[in-house]
Amino acid sequence: MQFGVFTVGDVTVDPTNGREPTEAERIKAMVTIALKAEEVGLDVFATGEHHNPPFVPSSPTTMLGWIAARTERLLLSTATTLITTNDPVKIAEDYAMLQHLADGRVDLMMGRGNTGPVYPWFGQDIRNGIPLAIENYDLLRRLWREDVVDWKGRFRTPLQSFTSTPRPLDGVPPFVWHGSIRSPEIAEQAAYYGDGFFANHIFWPAEHTRRMVGLYRQRFEHYGHGSADQAIVGLGGQVFMRRNSQDAVREFRPYFDNAPVYGHGPSLEEFTAQTPLTVGSPQQVIDRTLGFRDYVGDYQRQLFLVDHAGLPLKTVLEQLDLLGEEVVPVLRKEFESLRPAHVPLAPTHASLLAAAGGGSDSTVHAVDDVTGRAPEAAR
Amino acid sequence: MTVRTLAVVSAGLSQPSSTRLLADQLAAATRDELVRHGEQVELRPVELREHAHDIVNHLLTGFPAEPLRQVLDEVTGADGLIAVSPIFNASYNGLFKSFFDLVDADALGGRAVLLGATGGTARHSLALEHALRPMFTYLRAVVAPTAVFAAPEDWSGGTVDGALRARIERAGRELAELVRRSAPSSGPADPFALTTSFDQLLHGRDG
Repeated sequence: MQFGVFTVGDVTVDPTNGREPTEAERIKAMVTIALKAEEVGLDVFATGEHHNPPFVPSSPTTMLGWIAARTERLLLSTATTLITTNDPVKIAEDYAMLQHLADGRVDLMMGRGNTGPVYPWFGQDIRNGIPLAIENYDLLRRLWREDVVDWKGRFRTPLQSFTSTPRPLDGVPPFVWHGSIRSPEIAEQAAYYGDGFFANHIFWPAEHTRRMVGLYRQRFEHYGHGSADQAIVGLGGQVFMRRNSQDAVREFRPYFDNAPVYGHGPSLEEFTAQTPLTVGSPQQVIDRTLGFRDYVGDYQRQLFLVDHAGLPLKTVLEQLDLLGEEVVPVLRKEFESLRPAHVPLAPTHASLLAAAGGGSDSTVHAVDDVTGRAPEAAR
Repeated sequence: MTVRTLAVVSAGLSQPSSTRLLADQLAAATRDELVRHGEQVELRPVELREHAHDIVNHLLTGFPAEPLRQVLDEVTGADGLIAVSPIFNASYNGLFKSFFDLVDADALGGRAVLLGATGGTARHSLALEHALRPMFTYLRAVVAPTAVFAAPEDWSGGTVDGALRARIERAGRELAELVRRSAPSSGPADPFALTTSFDQLLHGRDG
């Protein structure tokens, strides 16, 4: 099982001292968190993508490329990549390039984005969120799998004899997760392609996750990718830890009470009861996290949110120490001992390459500049 | 014989509240009329005051705490709805509006609804027609023609033989008739139900 952190990339005032980090500080904090994740033995770092303040990560592959150059093992991912407002051609290019630079340590998670005004800045309309996610992703898959693409759709200008470059590393596209909170169409989409499904699982009741994962597993089997319990599931999670649980509650409460999204609403106690948020000792986080399996089954990836709501970098790095030293080693062992042999691990570049029977370097050109000759459509 | 369910939503803030009193009387009149026609009736009274914090939290977090989720399911899954608000500053109060803001725009479509309101002066009575009724029209509910307003003088004039009693009974008959004519509710909608196939999503069904 893979463990990691995902970050929204918000610039938020620290409510305990009124200090707001600069964009520069926040960006550097995010990459510091990523390096720390590898250092403490986590597997995955995933960044959000946003195009409006107070968020900084508008350019995920720039950031992930920087991190790739300074890490050895860490898997680089997104949470999420906006499949609605990004051009799927640019996603195909950017993430294939990142794949080459990171030697395959790349996957990504598709998401729609829920901020209405962002869509028109990119020529789109939030009311088309689901149709955009469906059409754009279908094109993205073809761009990675077919060397030369002719395509016509509803939302993007047509493509004729287009080759997305660079081709995916070894001819193997990055693994894709589809993230959603409560849109059954997205669980259906993930199941249809046999891709991974990632349930947000923060800020929302566990019941949402149980229903969405249940639907995804059932449809994964329906589409013939394997049995329901072999579907590839990832979960979010939100934790704040101190050795003594009362210290954790006392320290986190002002951040909770003033947090974006849920601040000024329910109490910390109500929210921890109603959502997967866990504030307490490392042992409490271990127990709660192992309990996720009770309502989603054996799953492949667990990402924690540890750096939002204005928490200072120093505190976040302490959270990563606790995760790496006390929580994840136990979770790794426990989850692995519970996982039946027929339930797969999360796909990686190496496993996808092996499944494809080895790499194929498929460099092609749509039209040769010198001869003007069109290529055969190599598959 | 099926049991017909009536959700009775009261947005009164004081306890005891004249708004709850009116809601109860409207519910009793409707139930008596349905029973007279041989129906069994289950009343589901809802005091919004008891859920005030959960209502605000739902507005802020986007999901209901479990007790509020049950209330929303009871209201949207009932055969008929009696909705009564005090009139504040010429309209329904904030608690009433906040609660119905949490109801999905399709959840009350075709549902039989009876409206009531209370206020400090009879000069507020048309708020039923310019505030409550348009909101339920937007929700595509089938609203009974009679909506009942109770002013202080209505209560002091006596509830047994006065004009208020006559209005309550007429309104109860109208709602009972609407409920009797409608098919039993199939219960609250399942937000996680997949209502389309991937082929439809991929090939040409407009969003």
